[in-house]
Amino acid sequence: MSTGQERRINGAIPRRRHRGPGVVLVTGVARYLGAQVAARLAADSRIGRVIGLDSEQPPAEFAILLAGGVEFVAADITTAEPAKIISSERVEAVVHLAVAGDRHAGGRPAMKEQNVIGTMQLLAACQQAPDLRKIVIRSSTAAYGASFRDPAVFTEDTEPREIPRGGFARDVLDIEGYVRGFQRRRRDVAATVLRFAPFIGRRANTSLTRYFALPFVPTVLGRDPRLQFIHVDDALEVLHRSVVEDHPGTFNVAGAGVITLSQAVRRANRIAVPVMEQGLSAAAGLARSGVKFTLDQLDLFVHGRVVDTTRLIKEYGYTPRTTSDAFADFLRGTGAGGILPGDAVAAAERSILGGIRAARAALRDSS
Amino acid sequence: MTDFESRSGVPYPNGGHVSPATPAAARPRIAPAPSAAAPSAARLPEPAPSRVAPRPAAPQQDVWDRRVADALAFLRRRLTGAYEVDEFGFDQQLTDGVFFPLLRRLYHDWFRVDVEGIQNLPATGSALVVANHSGVVAMDALMLTVAVHDEHPAHRYLRLLGADLVFRVPFISELARKHGSTLACNPDAERLLGDGELVGVFPEGFKGVGKLYRDRYKLQRFGRGGFVSAALRTGTPIVPVSIVGAEEIYPMIGDIKPLARLLGWPYFPVTPTFPWLGPLGMIPLPSKWLISFGTPIETAGRAEQADDPAVVFNLADQVRETIQQTLYRLLEQRDRDSGKGPQR
Repeated sequence: MSTGQERRINGAIPRRRHRGPGVVLVTGVARYLGAQVAARLAADSRIGRVIGLDSEQPPAEFAILLAGGVEFVAADITTAEPAKIISSERVEAVVHLAVAGDRHAGGRPAMKEQNVIGTMQLLAACQQAPDLRKIVIRSSTAAYGASFRDPAVFTEDTEPREIPRGGFARDVLDIEGYVRGFQRRRRDVAATVLRFAPFIGRRANTSLTRYFALPFVPTVLGRDPRLQFIHVDDALEVLHRSVVEDHPGTFNVAGAGVITLSQAVRRANRIAVPVMEQGLSAAAGLARSGVKFTLDQLDLFVHGRVVDTTRLIKEYGYTPRTTSDAFADFLRGTGAGGILPGDAVAAAERSILGGIRAARAALRDSS
Repeated sequence: MTDFESRSGVPYPNGGHVSPATPAAARPRIAPAPSAAAPSAARLPEPAPSRVAPRPAAPQQDVWDRRVADALAFLRRRLTGAYEVDEFGFDQQLTDGVFFPLLRRLYHDWFRVDVEGIQNLPATGSALVVANHSGVVAMDALMLTVAVHDEHPAHRYLRLLGADLVFRVPFISELARKHGSTLACNPDAERLLGDGELVGVFPEGFKGVGKLYRDRYKLQRFGRGGFVSAALRTGTPIVPVSIVGAEEIYPMIGDIKPLARLLGWPYFPVTPTFPWLGPLGMIPLPSKWLISFGTPIETAGRAEQADDPAVVFNLADQVRETIQQTLYRLLEQRDRDSGKGPQR
C-alpha cells in the first residue's frame, strides 16, 4: 500500500504525512467524547467519510456538532447491526468510544452490557471486515486496579495484582482482553489502546467533576490518594492523532505530575469531609447532587492511581498539559465558587499578621 | 538548649567527622514549623531562644515577626493547596515544615544521634542506602532521614522503601508517602534510583524490627536481595549503614503471637513498659545513637548480572557482613564513650 512507500521515502517522520483512513466509524457519538471526536475527524481533510454510531439519538448540543459532516446511524452496538455497516460501508478505521465509566440510566447491568457485549460484537464485526486497517479503543487507567501492594507509578507493562472489585475496571480488563484476542486473529489491523486517566477540563462533565463541585467534598478518612487527570482537549487530540497517524500499541494517556485529593479539594476552595470508607457512598448519596459513588471511584479515593506517560510522549510527539494545569482549567470553568476562596485566606492571613504586629507594638510601647 | 556543638560529638577514630557548619547551614533552609510557631505567638514578649541563629544582617528585633509571618504564609499555602507533591506522594513543603522539625527534637534531644561517614553519600545522583533495622517501630528509618538531610552538605532527602503493611493502614500510609516513602518493590526502587534519588532500604524488614532484645544487633536474614538487583540494574552504588541505639528504645522481651495474629500485626511487642503502662509505655527509652555510613560498593556496568542469584546473594552477604562488623565496632565504641566499656 501507499503507506509503506511513504514510510520508506520520508524516513524519519513517516507518520506526519500519512493519508488518513477513507471511512472512519466512531461509536458512542451521542456522548461528549464521541461527538467531539467524530466532528473533529469530519473536519479533517485527510479523512474521507465519518460515520457516527450510537443506539440513541444525540442530544441537541451534539447533534449540531455532528451535523457538520458526520453521517449518524442509529444502531445498537450490542447487536450484530454494526457488522452490516462496517462491511457495507467498507470501513477502514473503527474508533470505539462507547465504553462508559459513569453509571448511566440502565444502572450497572446496562453499563456492563454496553461495555463488554458491545465490544465483543464490534470486534466480531471488525474481524470480518476485509477493508479494516485500524482500531482505536478507549480504555482506562482503571485497568491497573488499585491496591496498597501496587507500585506507585504504573507503566503500560504493569499487570494488575488482583482482579479489581470495581465494575468498570473489570469491564476495561475484559475489553482489553478481547482486543488482544482480536489482534492475534487480525495481525494486519493496527490496534491502539488508550488508557485514559479520569477526564477533566472546563467542559468535562463526569461524576468526578460533579464531585469536585460539591461544597463539602466527602473523602475517605485517613487516605489522601494521589490523583492524575487528563484534560479532555488533550484526550481529543490523542484520539485524533491515533486515527490520522499510525500509533499501534497500548498507551497511558494522562497529564504529568500528581495532585493529592486533599490538595485538589483545597485548590477548588472546598472543604474535605473525611468519612469512614463504608460511609462514603452514603454520604455522597445524601448530598443529593447526582453524585453516586461506584466501587471504582472508592478504590481510586483510597489508593490513588498514577501512570507513566513516557511511551505516549515519545510515540505521539505530544505532551498533554500537566495534571495541575488541567485541574486549574477545570476550576476556571466552574467559576469562583467554593467556600474557602484563596484571596479570602490571604486576606485573613494579612489581617492576623497585622493584628499580631499591632499587639506587639502596643506591648513594646507599654513596657 | 541543644546546639549541635554543645552535644560534644564524639570524634570518631576513622574520620568521617561531621562538618561543624552543619547547623548553621541547615537551619536557615528550614521553614518554621507551624506547630512550634503557632503556640509561640501567644507568648510573644519572650526573647528568641537559641534555636534560630540570629542573622548578622537583620537585627534580632524582627525574628519573631518573620517567624509569625512565615508560619502564617505556610498555613495559607497548605489551606489553598499551593504546594507540589511528586509522583510518589512526597510533599517536600510538609516534610521541611512539619515532619523534620518534630523529628529533629527526638534526633537531637532524645537520641543524641552522632553520625560518621556522611561524605560516603554522593552530593548528586542516586545511591542505595542499606541499613540494619530494629526498635519495634521504624524509628531508625525516620532518624536516618533526618541524619541524611541535616548532616549532609547537600541536604538530600532519603526516600524510604516501606513494607506493604505500612501502606495498608490509613493515616500511616499517607504520612509515609508525604514523608517520601514508597512501597518496597523493584519498580518503585528502580524508578527512584533512575531519577537520581537517595533510596533507603531495610532488607531485614519485620524480622529486624520485631526481634527480641536478647537478639539485639544480630542481623537477620536479608530476604531475596531485591535491593541488590535494583542497584545492579540501575548501576547505583550501595552504601551500607549501621545504626546503633535503636535496639534499646523499646527492649522487646516477649512477643504475644496469638494477639498479633488477632490484630493482624507482624508481632505484638511486650517491653518492660508496654503494654503495662498503657500509652506511657509507648515512650521510647532515650538511648544514645550512632549512625555510620560505610564506604560505597560500586555496581556500575553490572546490569546484566541483576538476575543472577549467585551474584545477588554474594553482594547481599557482603553488605550484610559490612553492616554487622560495623555494628560490633560501634557498640564497643559506645561502651567506651559511656565509660562502661569492656573490663579488659
